Amino acid sequence: METGEEVMIITGTRKGIGKYLAEYYISKGYTVFGCSRGEPTIKLDAYEHFCLDVADEPAVAKMVRSIYKKRKRIDVLINNAGAASMNHVLLTPLSSVEAMFRTNVYGTFLFSREVAKCMANNKHGRIVNLVTIAIPLKLEGESVYVASKSAVERFTQVLAKELASFNITCNSVGPTPVSTDLIRSVPEEKIQKILDSLMIKRLGTFEDISNVIDFFIAKSSAYITGQTIYLGGG
Amino acid sequence: MAIDRQKVLETVYASIEMINEDREDKESRLELKEETRLVGRQSKLDSLKFVGLIIDIEQRLADELDIEISLTDEKAMSQARSPFRNVQSLVDYICSLEV
Repeated sequence: METGEEVMIITGTRKGIGKYLAEYYISKGYTVFGCSRGEPTIKLDAYEHFCLDVADEPAVAKMVRSIYKKRKRIDVLINNAGAASMNHVLLTPLSSVEAMFRTNVYGTFLFSREVAKCMANNKHGRIVNLVTIAIPLKLEGESVYVASKSAVERFTQVLAKELASFNITCNSVGPTPVSTDLIRSVPEEKIQKILDSLMIKRLGTFEDISNVIDFFIAKSSAYITGQTIYLGGG
Repeated sequence: MAIDRQKVLETVYASIEMINEDREDKESRLELKEETRLVGRQSKLDSLKFVGLIIDIEQRLADELDIEISLTDEKAMSQARSPFRNVQSLVDYICSLEV
């Protein structure tokens, strides 16, 4: 249990995994600062929301600085905000590619850069980025999503090297499909096909994801960095 | 908003002094003058210390002068063309940014 002093930033907290993680880590004693483009859905004392686009550079810098100015620490960053779109590559418009890279890659880059500056000042921090089981499974129909999340995964590994001397660890977790809006439009047989290719053939749960994040952000995980853990044995 | 160059210069010097505090050997300290090199072979900062300096300057600009900027540049680590090559070019660069 944390003391309430520990500060966590989670992106994309309006619904799904992000909302669950915010509520879960508040219950663990963290003060959580979240963001999304839409209005907040969490109303808890230990939660503060910022309405912004994660790829909006000035807005991200302003959010992170205002938190650091107020709390003088940012202990954990979880880059959760994500955009997905399933389509055959021959039918994918460039606008979909841009939208996915903006949220998944630019957003992760901007939050990591701004938060790492604060963490570097305090010589302590944990960054966890959400990627996807679709990377090792090389799922057809998800070429752009996989490309953008692969970028995040490799970015995380180099980030881990560049930030290691500041005592900041950077790791990725790759969830399997969880029942969220992100997979709402995916046909049932497609989901079944994905589950069949896993070692453990079931949908993931929010708890499966927070379990890995708990491990990455634990004080005892100071020697764990640059790693990716995929759920379900993908 | 026009940025007061003298105040920016003082902020940069304050950050350099913070770096100097950790350096007992006088030779390894950075001089508080505009010609002092920040990147390249003639600089007394390794790349990590340089990044630490830039982060500290950003924080001080935000906290003390209410100037919210991210000091990023494509040529940041270039010896010849970096806006961060010495104190003077860094201060000029900060003053040239739109706030």
